[in-house]
Amino acid sequence: MDLVLIAQGLLNGLLFGGVYSLMAVGLTLIFGVMRVVNFAHGDMMVWGMYLAFLLATRLGLDPYAGFPLCAAALFALGFVVQRRLVNRIIDAPHEMQILLMLGIALVLENGALVVFGPDPRRVKSFLALSTVWLGPLFVDVARLVTFLLAGALTGLLYLFLFRTDLGRSMRAAADNPYGAAVIGTDVRRVYAVAFGIGAACVGAAGALVAPFYPFQPSVGLGASVTSFNIVIIGGMGSLPGAVFLSPSLKELVSFSLLILILLFRPAGLFGGKVA
Amino acid sequence: MRLWPLALALAALAALPPFIGSYAVTLFTLIFFYAYLGQAWNILGGYAGQLSAGHAAFVGIGAYVTAVLSLRVGLTPWIGMFVGAAAAALLGAIIGYLGFRFGLRGFYFVLLTVAFAEVCRIIALNTEAVGGAVGLYITFTGNPAQFQFQNPRAYYYIALVLMTGATVVVWRLEQSRLGAYLVAIREDEQAAEALGIDAFRCKLLASVLSAFLTGIGGAFYAFYQFSLQPSTLFGIPLSVEIIIRPIVGGAGTPLGPVLGSFILSPLAELSRSYFAATGWSGGHLIVYGSLLIAVVLFLPQGAAPFVARLARSWRMAR
Repeated sequence: MDLVLIAQGLLNGLLFGGVYSLMAVGLTLIFGVMRVVNFAHGDMMVWGMYLAFLLATRLGLDPYAGFPLCAAALFALGFVVQRRLVNRIIDAPHEMQILLMLGIALVLENGALVVFGPDPRRVKSFLALSTVWLGPLFVDVARLVTFLLAGALTGLLYLFLFRTDLGRSMRAAADNPYGAAVIGTDVRRVYAVAFGIGAACVGAAGALVAPFYPFQPSVGLGASVTSFNIVIIGGMGSLPGAVFLSPSLKELVSFSLLILILLFRPAGLFGGKVA
Repeated sequence: MRLWPLALALAALAALPPFIGSYAVTLFTLIFFYAYLGQAWNILGGYAGQLSAGHAAFVGIGAYVTAVLSLRVGLTPWIGMFVGAAAAALLGAIIGYLGFRFGLRGFYFVLLTVAFAEVCRIIALNTEAVGGAVGLYITFTGNPAQFQFQNPRAYYYIALVLMTGATVVVWRLEQSRLGAYLVAIREDEQAAEALGIDAFRCKLLASVLSAFLTGIGGAFYAFYQFSLQPSTLFGIPLSVEIIIRPIVGGAGTPLGPVLGSFILSPLAELSRSYFAATGWSGGHLIVYGSLLIAVVLFLPQGAAPFVARLARSWRMAR
C-alpha cells in the first residue's frame, strides 16, 4: 500500500479524533457524576447535527459560527432530562435508569425522523472545500478547524471542572453526594448542570462534524456505541478503524471490539469504576 | 391466583375467530405472538433480572435457520423450528456464559446483548448465502406440512397456543425451585450465593430457556411473514418491541407480558397505520419511548400488580 495514502488516512483519522474526544468527554462526565449511562448520547449528537442544519438552512448561519447555539440548546435538553426525569429515579436500580434512557433515546431518534425525514443531510460551510497542502499530504480545512475547536472545548471543560466553584462542587457530588449535600451543595441541581454540560459537549460535536459527515436520524445508535467504545478503550481502536475499514466491516469490528473489551477490561471502563 | 377467569378468557379467545373479521384475526395473532416473545424474554429479563436488549438476535437466528433449512435442504419447518430454536439457545448459552462468567451486570450486560445482536445483524447482512441485505423470501404454497396455511385462523390458533404454552411454562417456572432461585438472584445475588445458590448456573439456564423459546417465535415469524430481512429480524427496534410489553405489563409476573401485549399491540398497530398514513414513519416509536419513560417514572412494577390490586379491591367491595 502507498505510504502517502496510509499517512493521509492516519491524518484524517487523527483529525476526527477531536470530535471523538468531545463525545467521549460528555459521556464520561454524565456517567462519572451521576453513574447514569446516557443511552441517548448519540441521539443527542444527531439533534446537534440537525440544529446546525436548521441554523444553516433557515438563518444562513455557518455551523462554525452556530455551534455554540447548538451546544446551548443541547445543554437545555440535558438539564431538563436530568432535572425532570432522571433525578426522580436517581436512587432506583440501574435497570430502571437504563430503561428510562432507552425511552428517551427512542423519542429523540424518532422525533428527528418525524421532523426531518430519513434522507441523509449535509450542512454547507464556507470552509468545506478549502484544503491546505502539507508536503504530499492535504489537510481538509473544515476537519482541521473542527479538530481545533473540539480540542479547545475539551480543554475548557477541564478548566471549568478544576478551576471554578461549580466545577469543584460537581466533582464533589461525583465523589460523595452525601458529603457534598452536607456542606450545602444542591446536589440535584449540580446533577442537572452536569447532564446539561455532557449533552452540550456531544451537541457541539454533532454541529462540528455536520459539514463533512452526512447524517440521518438512524446514525444516533452508532454514535452512542462509538462513544461507549471510545470511553472504554480510550480511542485506541476507533481511530485506525475509522480510517481503513469499509463502513460495514467497521461496524462489525467496533461491535466485536465492544464485546471483547466488555469481557476483558470491564474494570477499565469509565476510569476504573464498575457500577 | 384464581384460574377460572383465565380459563374462561382462554375459551373465549379460542371461540372468537368465527365472529371477527380478517383484520381483527391479524391483530389478535400479533397480540398473541408479541405476548409470546415477551413471555420468553420475561424468563431472563423479568425473573432472572438480567436486562437483555438484544433478544432480536434469537428471533433472527430461529427464523433464519428454519427458513434456510426449509429452502435449501427441504426440511419441514415443523422440525426445523426446533433446530432453529436450538441454534438460538446455543447463542443464548454463549452470551450467558460470557456475560455471567465475566460478571457483567446492569449496563454492561445490556451493552453485551446489544453488541451480539448487532454482530448477528451485520453478519446476516453480509452473507450472500442467506440473501444478504435483500433477505430471504419464502414462496407461498399453502401446504400445512410446510407450515403454510391458506386460512389466517391457523396462525391465530398457533399463536394462541404459543402464548398459552409459554405462559404455562413461566407459571410453572415461578412455582419451581429454579424460579425461586432466579428471583432470589434478581433481588440480591450475593445473598443468594451465600445461601448456596449457584447463580451462574441458574442465570445460564434462564438465558438458554429464554433464547430457545424466542427462537421458536422466530420460526413462526418467518413463516407468517414469508420474508426475512436482517434489519427487521436482528434490529434494535424488534428488541425494543420484545422488551416493552413485559415492562409495561409487569416484568417478573406470569401475566405481565400478556397484559402488556393486550395493551400495546393494538396501540402499536393503530398508531403505526395512523402515522404511516400521515407520513410519520417513526411515530409509533415515539409513543413507545414516551410510554417507557412514563412506566419507569410512575408505574415501575408495570400494570399487572396495579390490575391485581384493582381486582382485589373489586372482590372486597362485593
